[in-house]
Order: sequence, then structure tokens, then C-alpha cells
Amino acid sequence: MTEREIKRGIKEISPIDVYMLLPRTNCKECGEANCMAFATKLVNLEVSIEQCPPLLEEEHEEEYNNLREMLAPAVKAVTIGTGDSSVKIGGKFVMYRHEFTYHNPLPIAIDVTDETPLEGSSPSEEGLIERVRKVGDFTYNYIGRDIYLDMIAVRSTSNDPKTFKSAVENVAEATKLPLILCTFDSNVMEAGLAAVKDRRPLIYAATEANWMDMAELALMYHCPLTIFAPNNLTLLRSLARTVIEYGVEDLVLDPGTFTGEGLSDTVNNFTMIRRNACKGGDELLSFPLIGTPITAWAGDKAPEDVVAWREAYTASMLVSRYADLLIMHKLDGWVQLPNVIWRFNIYTDPRKPVSVETGLRTFGKPDENSPVLLTVNYALTYFTVESDIKNCGADCYLIVADTEGISVESAVAGRYLTAETIADAVKESGIEQKVNHKCLIIPGMAARLSGETEEELKDEWRIIVGPRDSSGIAKLLKEKWPPKEEE
Amino acid sequence: MSGDEKDKPIIKFRPKLMEMISKFQELELEDVEIDVGELEIQLQPGVVAPQIPAPPIQKAVAPAKAKPTEIMQAEFTPLVMEYPGQIAEVKLGATKSEGGTRGNTIMIGGSKTPAFYSFEGPLPHKPMVALDVFDMEVRLPKAIRMHVKEVMGDTAAWAKLAVEKYGADLITVNLLSTDPLIKDASPAEATKTVEEVLQAVDVPLIIGGCGDPKKDPLVFEKVAEVAEGERVVFSSLTLDMSDAGLLNGVAKALNDHGHIALAFTALDLNRAKELNRKLYEFLPKDRILMDLTTAALGYGLEYSFTIHERARMAALMGDSELQHPVLSGSTNAWAAREAWMKMGPEWEPRLLRGPIWETITALNLLLAGVDLFMMMHPAAVRTMREVIEKLMGAGKAKPEKIADWVNVRM
Repeated sequence: MTEREIKRGIKEISPIDVYMLLPRTNCKECGEANCMAFATKLVNLEVSIEQCPPLLEEEHEEEYNNLREMLAPAVKAVTIGTGDSSVKIGGKFVMYRHEFTYHNPLPIAIDVTDETPLEGSSPSEEGLIERVRKVGDFTYNYIGRDIYLDMIAVRSTSNDPKTFKSAVENVAEATKLPLILCTFDSNVMEAGLAAVKDRRPLIYAATEANWMDMAELALMYHCPLTIFAPNNLTLLRSLARTVIEYGVEDLVLDPGTFTGEGLSDTVNNFTMIRRNACKGGDELLSFPLIGTPITAWAGDKAPEDVVAWREAYTASMLVSRYADLLIMHKLDGWVQLPNVIWRFNIYTDPRKPVSVETGLRTFGKPDENSPVLLTVNYALTYFTVESDIKNCGADCYLIVADTEGISVESAVAGRYLTAETIADAVKESGIEQKVNHKCLIIPGMAARLSGETEEELKDEWRIIVGPRDSSGIAKLLKEKWPPKEEE
Repeated sequence: MSGDEKDKPIIKFRPKLMEMISKFQELELEDVEIDVGELEIQLQPGVVAPQIPAPPIQKAVAPAKAKPTEIMQAEFTPLVMEYPGQIAEVKLGATKSEGGTRGNTIMIGGSKTPAFYSFEGPLPHKPMVALDVFDMEVRLPKAIRMHVKEVMGDTAAWAKLAVEKYGADLITVNLLSTDPLIKDASPAEATKTVEEVLQAVDVPLIIGGCGDPKKDPLVFEKVAEVAEGERVVFSSLTLDMSDAGLLNGVAKALNDHGHIALAFTALDLNRAKELNRKLYEFLPKDRILMDLTTAALGYGLEYSFTIHERARMAALMGDSELQHPVLSGSTNAWAAREAWMKMGPEWEPRLLRGPIWETITALNLLLAGVDLFMMMHPAAVRTMREVIEKLMGAGKAKPEKIADWVNVRM
């Protein structure tokens, strides 16, 4: 453990602590009403100290530096890449998500090797350029947001400097994504670095054997440096201490990812490192962690799907247990999708409510003949429905019923969504003044409430049962809207 | 940069430097193990000790220091915490000598540390997996249906298949047909189904109601009576039952007939505690499990994950009203459209996408502290059992296996 006094966690810092270091002139230059309001936003990390212009003046230099120190994350933030083609990793303030929130969603890097031919020689063989392009093109629209893969890891399997250099050049030309260069041979690494002098790739990796040459390269090319000490945290710490002393500032730590035997050690190593960084102020371990689920493929003779399966679930466990960056191999959608979604989820702010506001929403330009749909106020349900409606470009009304933030299926089962609550939602929405029809589309998961709901609405409204999944809204509107005259 | 400017930051930061050095002097007195040679190096003016972050301006003017030529040792010591609280141990099922008819019993809970913090201590009991069976034909995603379609509609045969072929530790009998909006099957009919399952398999059981706060108590009370002494888990008891004035009756029945209550609340620890307080009037602490709600990956799993982490940490820190083993209905993962929907060739095969969805939903709740899982897909169940087995051990990592992964042609 470090000798230094343990830094206070972000939640232990009060706005007063911050306020005392601000100029306290209430000048409003930051856009806040006064310095106390700015201080409150600072401790919630909603603003940065650079947004206080007077603080940046020379006379406040000491306070500025103290504030920087006070508000610094427990895990250092490290930038890989430059400018628009860069990614920030680490920068964590807390160990547990519920203590505050996690920052800097972990990037997922996909590997290519320097022995992959530039173009595949047959349609089934994937060339280097094609694989890099696939990584760049990977995208999924999740609740209205596009999510992507983030980086390319170029591995040298040739162990030949020229071959590696040429592969790195080709990759760099084909993509703007930030890069990780992977080899344990410092001559090969240098050849690769020379090819991307201005790209600031992550060096993977310094080991017990090569640390001095790798540290030298990190200094020469101004690159962040990974330290790799599989299942040996004393070595990891010792190497960190050594390369820091050597002058390298931006480190990434790899305690090794074991996907088979040793999974328990992996989970424990990541946890112990993060515990020491966040709760113990251990500065030698206060760096981002890299997980390598790709090691599932190292020396395993199991069928491809079995290895890919193991890579996929190990990755998800490391998303939860403190990885700040992952290197993976299998690019297939079924492997990556659960992980990019889980990564997106775990980095959302846990203080955000589970429910959205109830009431009436409009999409496009609805008129008195437009369809009226109903959903519930569980945030994830609402955003899914919202994005499906937007994607199909429908002009319509959407009534959001109050189920205390519970999804449709559970709300029906638990009686949070009943004929009565639907009827109330319809009446309170004021929709009756906006449309000249009385047809309500309810979620397919609530189908069994349709009869009762018509009764509850005194048979004035007709219920149309919608799809069980909102992806079917487009089809429903096409086929069933406008509704046919009642038989 | 002029000479004057160059000097300025040093003067400016000198007080801070002195403060740092004074800290080390204190340490010299306190920590007799500090190597004297090392200390001297660190105390050279202008040389920044590795543990001290250098303010940016100071760094720019620090004189070049001697680079290390060999690895500087830095021992790793894990920071181990003490937890005043412990999760209750709950025994599921009862053998003949214990007043039931099960072939074995299952103990869950008892944790004294967060889940799989092996460096703080082992988990006393392995998390377990129950497989869901239904008492009628139900809509199931293709990836699951293909494994159970032979037995759908025959609850006892389904339970047998789940135990013998898919290795279920427990069976959850979901009495869906009792739902007034589905078939409104009577408590007597439900009881018959449960009796058939008790005959067909000898693992401990979980009884799942239809979710109706008025109907479930009627069914549960009847089933509890017939399954006397079996230590069956009833899924679930809710605050809605309390609002309907029916909670006390069913809680008392579970206690009278020697069963276990699963207390369900929707992502709200205050309500979870409130429900437990109501149950304490009738049931001992070791007869209560909690279901804090499992949302599917992509549909709120992060809320579930965080509430489970919070609950477990609060329980270990001494909140006795949360010191119960927790159950996750990980079958809920299939509510995610990404688990079953056709999405285009780049997301295929669906037959892997679905079960990996259930696997990842369950695995992450395993890391958050869940003790008992309700699951469905055979591959997800198999993976859970394998991972649990691996996580229960420690010290099996072989560094040589991955030491050269960078060079591997995959």
C-alpha cells in the first residue's frame, strides 16, 4: 500500500470543500448564479474547473492545482490516440457503480495480425482491410443511439519488424480508429511505432523481460504503455513502480485474463487491483485495466463456437469487474452485441430514474386521424418504443401510462397495468380533444386486458392489440391503420 | 524561456515540496522497514518519489533523474475488509428424515463477503440453478422450445427432463394456468400438478404463482398444505398481497407447513425491507429469500445489477433486513428482443444469440451476489454451472498458458 494519505473519494468531498478553493466572487462568468452553485455542480462532475475563468488566472494557480488534485479520479484517465481519433480510458472515481457513476465507457478493440493478407485470396478468407473495415462498420441502434466497436489491436504473429511495420501502415491507412500495437519484441514494436508516429497507439506490452526497452519506446514515441504480468500482482506493481521511475506516466495494467482454469484468479485480480486503487489509494495500481478475453483462443482446441462463447461471456464479466479496455477476437454480431449493450448500460448514470414522465407524447406531425398508441413509463420500454416509432417515421400520439417504472409484461402480471390504469391514462392524456376517432393501440404483452379495458372505457373506445414487440409497430400501422369500420 | 521564468515555478512550489519531504521524514520514523538507500534517493532535492503525483508545472522543470536499470520491487498486499454482517443460510428441500421426500437438500446463502471475493474468504455455499417448467403450453422462443417441445403440456415429464437431461438443481413449477385471465385453474388442480412433480423428481421445488395477488394466496395455501414439510420455495410473496389483506394468511400457512417464502419487490430496497418486516411476523429469517427483480440485458439489467450490489453490500455492512439469499429470474433475459428476434445475417445465428443473452444476464447477477437462479436454456444453464465451479476455486491460473497470447495464430 502507498505511504501517501488515502485520497478522499469523490462522494466524501462536499461542495463547501470545493467552494473554499474557488475565487468566491460570485462573478457568474461560469454561467452559474454564484460560486456555491458552481461548487455543487463540480462535486457532481457536471462542470469542469476550467469553466471558471478567474480560477485559470495566475493568482489562483495554487487553488487550481489543489482542486485538480481534489477532484481527480481514483483511477487515472489515459488517452490513446490523438485528436478526433482518440479514446479516453479509466478515469474511474469509484469502485461500485452505485457509489457515484462510472466514467469513460470501456472501448472494445478487435485484433488483426500482421500475417493476414491484405486482401483475402478467396471469398471465405477475410483480408486485413476487410476485417478492419468490418470493425469500423459495426454499428447497432440501441434505444435510439448508435453503438460501435472502438479500436484495432494489431498483433505481430510474424515477429518480423518489416512485416509488422507494413501491417501497421496498412491498418493506419484503412482506419482512423485508435490503435493498440501488440508484440513482446521491442524491435518489432519499434518498427510498428515508427509507422504511426503521430497516432499515439497503446503499446502492448512491457513484461518482466522487456520492460526497459518498452519503457524507452513509450518515452520516445509519447505513447501509453501496458504492463503485462499474468497472475502476478507483485510483479505488476513492481513493473509499474519501475517504469514510472523510468519516466513513463500513462500506464495500463494487465494482470492477465484467464478464461478457463484461472477465471477465478482473473476476477479476483481485477477486483483486488481496483479495491486497492479506489479504497486504498495505491498509486502504483491507480491505472486503467485491460482485459483480454481474446486469450480464450490461445492454445484452445475446442470448436470455434465454444471458444467464441467463452470469449463472449468472459468479456461481459470483465465489463462488470473493472476492465477499462478489452481486446477481443471474434467479430460476430452474437458475440459483440451483448457486450456493447452491457457496456452501454453499466456506464449510464445510476442516479437516473428507472421511469420516464407519464402523459401524452407526439411524434412527427399527428392530426385528428393519427393513430394513438399506449406504452408504460419504464424507461427502457419507453425508449425502445420511442426509437421504433421514430425509425418508422409514423405521425402518431403515444400515451405513457404510469406503471411505477415497470415493463409491460411485469406490469400486467403484477397488476400495475390494468384496464383501470389504461382508462385513467387515456382520460388524463386529453387525447379525446385531439383526435376524432376512438381507437387505442395497446402493447401485445397487454393483449388480455383488451376486453376489460373496453368495458372500463364504457365501450366508447375500441382496443387494437399491437405487436408483442414494438419493432412490429411499423407493420401494424401499415396493415391496421386506419382501422376498418366496425362490422 | 528566460532564466527567471524557469526559476519561478520552483520557488512557487517549494512549500509543497517541503511538505512532501516532511511526510517522508515522518514515515522514516514510523516504518522501520523502509530501505535506507532507497530513502536517500527519494530525498534528493528535486527528485520526485514514485508514489507522489507531480503537479504538471513542477514536472516540466524537474532535473533529469537516473533511470532504473533493474526492476524495483513493490510488494502487493490486497486491501481486505471486515464485514460485520452475514447473509442467512437457507435450506431448500427436505429429505425423508427431515420430514419431506426429496433425495437431497440444498443450502444457499451464508456469505460473509461480496460474491467471489476469494481474497477475502470463500463462499460458504455454491449458487444454484433451478429450471423453469410450466403447467400448460406456453409461447417460448424457438431456441428454448426446441429443447422442451416433446414434454410441453406434461408438467411432470418436463420436470424429469430438466433434472435428468439438463441437470437442474431445483425445479420451478410455474402454475400459469391458475391465472384468472388465462385458465383460472383451481387451487385443487394446481395441487395435483405439484403432487405429480413431487413424484416425478426428487430435487427441491420452487412453486411459481401466476402473479395475481388475490389468486396466488389461495393456491399457495392449498399447495403448502399438501406439500407439508418439503421446504418448498413459494414464488412469490408481495406487498400487493399485503395491500389485498392476504399476505399474513399465506405467510402463516408457509410457516405452519414448513416452507420458504420468496419476497418479491420491484427494484426498490426500501420496499424489500418493508416486505421482509411484514414476513418476520410469521416466518423465521432462515425461511425467507428475496427476489429484487431481474431485468433483461438491454432492458434494465444495469438497474438489477446495481440494486443487487447495493443490497449485498448493505447486508454485509449490517443491515439485517437485507441479510437474505437472493434469487434471480434470469429466464427474463428472453424478454429482450435481441434474444429472439430475427435481425439480419450479421447478427446470426439466433440459436446462439438467445442463450448467450440469458447466460450474460445471469452471470453478471452472479457477480453481484445472487445465490439462486431460475433459468431455461440448456446451454446457459451448463455455462452457469461451469463458471460457478471455476469461480469457487482459486489459484489455478497458469501464467504460461497466456504468456505468449500475442503470437498465437487464431
